[in-house]
Amino acid sequence: MATQTLTRPAPHTAGAAAARKPRRKITAGKAAVTAVAALLAVLWLVPFAWATVTAFKSETDAAAPKVSWIPPSGFTADAFVKVFQDGNIPLWTWNSLYTSAAITAITLVISALVAYALSRIDFRGKKVLMTVIIASIIIPPPVLMIPLFYQMVALHMIDTAWAVILPQVIHPAMVFVLKKFFDQIPRELEEAAVMDGASRMRIFIQVILPLSRPILAAVAIFVFISAWNNFLWPFISTNDGSILTLPVGLQTIKSAYGIQYAQNMASALLAALPLILVFLFFQRQIIKGVATTGLAGT
Amino acid sequence: MSSLATSSRSAERTASSSPTRTRPQPGPAPSRQARDNLTGWGFAAPFLAFFLVFLVWPILYGLFMSLTGKSLTGANDNLIGLANYAEALADADMWRSLGNTLYFTVISTVPLVIVALIMAALLNVGLPAQWLWRLSYFAPYLLASTVVSLFFTWMYNPQLGLINDSLAKIGLPKVAWLNDPNVAMWAIVIATLWWTVGFNFLLYLAAMQNIPHQHYEAASLDGAGAWRQFFSITLPQLAPTTVMIVLLQILASLKIFDQVYQMTAGGPSGSTRPVVQYIFETGFTGYRLGYSAAVSYIFFGLIVIVSVMQFVITRRRSA
Repeated sequence: MATQTLTRPAPHTAGAAAARKPRRKITAGKAAVTAVAALLAVLWLVPFAWATVTAFKSETDAAAPKVSWIPPSGFTADAFVKVFQDGNIPLWTWNSLYTSAAITAITLVISALVAYALSRIDFRGKKVLMTVIIASIIIPPPVLMIPLFYQMVALHMIDTAWAVILPQVIHPAMVFVLKKFFDQIPRELEEAAVMDGASRMRIFIQVILPLSRPILAAVAIFVFISAWNNFLWPFISTNDGSILTLPVGLQTIKSAYGIQYAQNMASALLAALPLILVFLFFQRQIIKGVATTGLAGT
Repeated sequence: MSSLATSSRSAERTASSSPTRTRPQPGPAPSRQARDNLTGWGFAAPFLAFFLVFLVWPILYGLFMSLTGKSLTGANDNLIGLANYAEALADADMWRSLGNTLYFTVISTVPLVIVALIMAALLNVGLPAQWLWRLSYFAPYLLASTVVSLFFTWMYNPQLGLINDSLAKIGLPKVAWLNDPNVAMWAIVIATLWWTVGFNFLLYLAAMQNIPHQHYEAASLDGAGAWRQFFSITLPQLAPTTVMIVLLQILASLKIFDQVYQMTAGGPSGSTRPVVQYIFETGFTGYRLGYSAAVSYIFFGLIVIVSVMQFVITRRRSA
């Protein structure tokens, strides 16, 4: 744009000046925008920064009445060493990882299957099924906690990974998201396979699923994040220290460490790290995934 | 939408009933409808199994429980009709917790929508290093509630906390954030704003990037400045998104439990205890499963009302 203005012939200089003026205004505006955005970014990063600084202090410095960003006795990784020696955080991270992975895998499989049927197969009772699934989106999980707990006791599943995993695989909104995506895949793509006499299952696996990678990724991301961070249900259904997920385990740490602020912050940061790392690597996909599933499902 | 569905359905019918099918069917071919019924329900079966066992059954069983005197000690399983509901409606603690939930919903939804809009609008101007801004605003959303609570309990610490120290440095009085009944709910709102605003921010940003460029080009030709463009193009174009975000946020805020339970345990003196915590406590600490199931259903009723409102509003918009 700048070059365009510069190469304009002389008679237009007046117009060029006029065009330049609002542009300078935009730069001033942009500086203001940057300043506000930066202020917000700093405010949003301070809790992370303060937790990090605290975690690298000695317990004495962390609990010192004088608040300091640079601790008097220097930085130390003692808190992290202690947290690792306790061994709980790695164990809980593992528990969170495999339960969340199982929840994500089961959710994807069962939701994609039913969504395909709702999108493509003309079966009796389909409308009713669709209505029931959509209606169930409004059921808030807290309403289920009392009866579900009682049910898990009856099934002898309390304090097992099953109790954590099984009730979390039902995401009616995600069924709806997948169905809407399948609806948009042109039927012609399946027709060749139908002509060959391929079964529904083969069409689903070989034609539909490969075309649906973006939405499957989006749903997987959404389900994984909510499973990884879920607190209420795992908190209710597990009690045994060896089976706790990270969010629930951290809650017990708070009371165990009491006023050991550096260890509290080290644990919190270690718990936060996995998803933050994943986000740094898959930022584009995660942002897209959240944006597509966030509104579409409800 | 419905016309699209029918047309594609008929396309499918012609496709699969075409005579060029090469592979022979084993045995007498069942009618197409019967086969579709079978495959359809077959595909739905795995989901349906989980759905029935872990959603439909508990929701119905909970309703039944709410009509009994069931307790964790197993004392009284008898049907007592609507007695639990009658008791709940006369229970001052229940109303107080419901009031806290509604209060939180109102005072959290407003900043969670407005700050998200501001963040998205700032980034939409086209700042460099987009990923860095997005990371800072959205990263907290990736944290578990417990991590957020640990961060903020530490920052809110009355003597050693960063926030009170900063207030003191600029000459403001210290605040007993989580220990003052008049302030505690606001402290929860601030922590929640920090934690989840990134989600609404992403939804707004995606919606803003979908606004056609021509609108802005036309407006700048007419000499409309950035402010004018924001208020006369961006905001009106975002109206449907705003309605959705507000409703989603209300539904999310009504379910408040984690942060409160972890940061104040409902205190000081019940000033922050939300209704979900009341359900949790009557059920698991008070052992009164039947009664807490009844309170669950009162809470559910509230959610249904908001959801129906959402349905009606979005329907009217798309109609």
